[in-house]
Amino acid sequence: MAPLPPSTAPRPAPGPAPRSWWRRNQIAITPWLFLAPGILFFAVYVLIPVFQSFNVSLYEWDGLGAAEYVGLRNYEEMYWDDAFYTSLRNNVIWLVLYLLAIPAGLAIALFLNQTVTGIRIYKSLFFFPFVISQVVVGLVFSWFYDPSFGLLNVMLGWFGAGPVNVLGDERYVTYGIIAAGLWPQTAYCMILYLTGLNAVDPEQIEAGRLDNAKGFRMLWHIILPQLKPATFIAFVVTIIGALRSFDLISIMTAGGPFGQSRVLSFYMFEVALSEYGFRMGYGAAIAVVLFLIMLVFITYFLWSMYREERGR
Amino acid sequence: MFPAPIERASRPAQFAYQALIPAALVLWLLPLIAVAVFSIRPDADFANANYWGWPSSFEGITNYSKVFFESDMPRYLLNSVLITVPTVIGAVALSCMTGFALGIYKFRANLWIFFLFVAGNFVPFQILMVPVRDLTLDLGLYNTKTGLVLFHIAFQTGFCTLFMRNFIRALPYELIEAARVEGVAEWRIFWFVVLPLMKPAIAALAVLIFTFIWNDYFWAVVLTQGAESQPVTAGITSFNAQYRAAYHLMSAGSIVAALPPVAMFFLMQRHFIAGLTLGAVK
Repeated sequence: MAPLPPSTAPRPAPGPAPRSWWRRNQIAITPWLFLAPGILFFAVYVLIPVFQSFNVSLYEWDGLGAAEYVGLRNYEEMYWDDAFYTSLRNNVIWLVLYLLAIPAGLAIALFLNQTVTGIRIYKSLFFFPFVISQVVVGLVFSWFYDPSFGLLNVMLGWFGAGPVNVLGDERYVTYGIIAAGLWPQTAYCMILYLTGLNAVDPEQIEAGRLDNAKGFRMLWHIILPQLKPATFIAFVVTIIGALRSFDLISIMTAGGPFGQSRVLSFYMFEVALSEYGFRMGYGAAIAVVLFLIMLVFITYFLWSMYREERGR
Repeated sequence: MFPAPIERASRPAQFAYQALIPAALVLWLLPLIAVAVFSIRPDADFANANYWGWPSSFEGITNYSKVFFESDMPRYLLNSVLITVPTVIGAVALSCMTGFALGIYKFRANLWIFFLFVAGNFVPFQILMVPVRDLTLDLGLYNTKTGLVLFHIAFQTGFCTLFMRNFIRALPYELIEAARVEGVAEWRIFWFVVLPLMKPAIAALAVLIFTFIWNDYFWAVVLTQGAESQPVTAGITSFNAQYRAAYHLMSAGSIVAALPPVAMFFLMQRHFIAGLTLGAVK
């Protein structure tokens, strides 16, 4: 860490006689001065709290009074907690189904990667759902699913099916919320692939065409390898998005019916900060589990980035 | 270009494509269009279960002026602005500096610090929730915009550093070396050489962070309550509780809440997409 307090942040006048110590060490010290405020903020609000949460998870604490040390008892309780397993199962469903955003985004990108008039505005409008807050997406979709007037059931009615109460039925609820989440996420993946497709090497495509590669074979052997950076980013943001799912669940169902649409992030919030009681310790323990799941992916992402950096 | 340009296809195929795009778009935006239609219907349509028929009258102006003049919505919107704008300024300022330090200087801990920022940016919010809420309470900033802003600045610094550092890495390093040979002080190199070149990155980050923070819901719920400090994402739920079952007003409210980032996106589209897709192309 920077040994210098910020008050000594030097503003050396580039005058005729600069202090020679500063001149000698300027290049070694400057980066630390520039990093200091950023690191300070980040440490106080992000890095240190991660460790504090690990610590809190060993206590029984209501957030106000004295905390009581209980060792691993919160984790033991979690082991017997059915709601925890429901949330965990839903997290896995989220992770798997959310990845559909990647092929779906690619499909839309391929569909829109043309140069007809007005295509730019179409691309923007297809991207549109990503810009809207998840809260509004949640509201929009809960009305879309509404059993009495929702468009979904109107459309199902045309085929003589329904009405289905998607958000009120424990069999469908998680899938219904995931579908809402896929909407903006697909838009995000689409824009990544559109940018990627823009940079695909035209000579390789022509070469492929000469070799009679067409359609799917062309896509698989020539286009997709070149889209690898876009796919990597799409994968990262989709995984993170899946594990961060909170807004939609909170808005659309608040975990219901009967807690069947909870995921870990929402269950943690419920345990720690809602009318079910302020159980900070147990909440932190759930958060630790979520963090460890995320850590697997974070390690993988960083490992990929590290190899990239070395390759330079 | 892949797929093959449609101009090379037959006439009917071209027509089919031209017709297909708007159809697909309408299907894609259908839930949103439905809400937009709801927001201009009169109250009576909902009472008469006329959800999808022709509106019996167009009450767009009435509905939206109700949202603006008879609810807390303007207040929430103002709160959102007062939370979002300082966060954007703070996070961009901090990350210009961290990005400069990590992008230009070679020192042993460089990559580790960089990875720390990147890793922190991926962390689930819930692992921060209890300590950050506690810290904010201790600072006396619970239920204030300042408390929210400070946290947002700190958290966004992770992503912004990733972004800025990679951007600065791509700048021609010879510029810095040339300046050093001239004897220019390091902070002057930052201010007069690097910063002017970072303008596109700053613009891209600013629109991205604006959207992220405007749309934040989790931290708004954790760190604030009540109309005096809540942003519009959290406010919309109280708004909806106030107008329960008044779908025309809830729809209008949702559209108003969603609009600022949408406007930002359409105004700054190029920067926005450049920011989002940084790294998607080698």
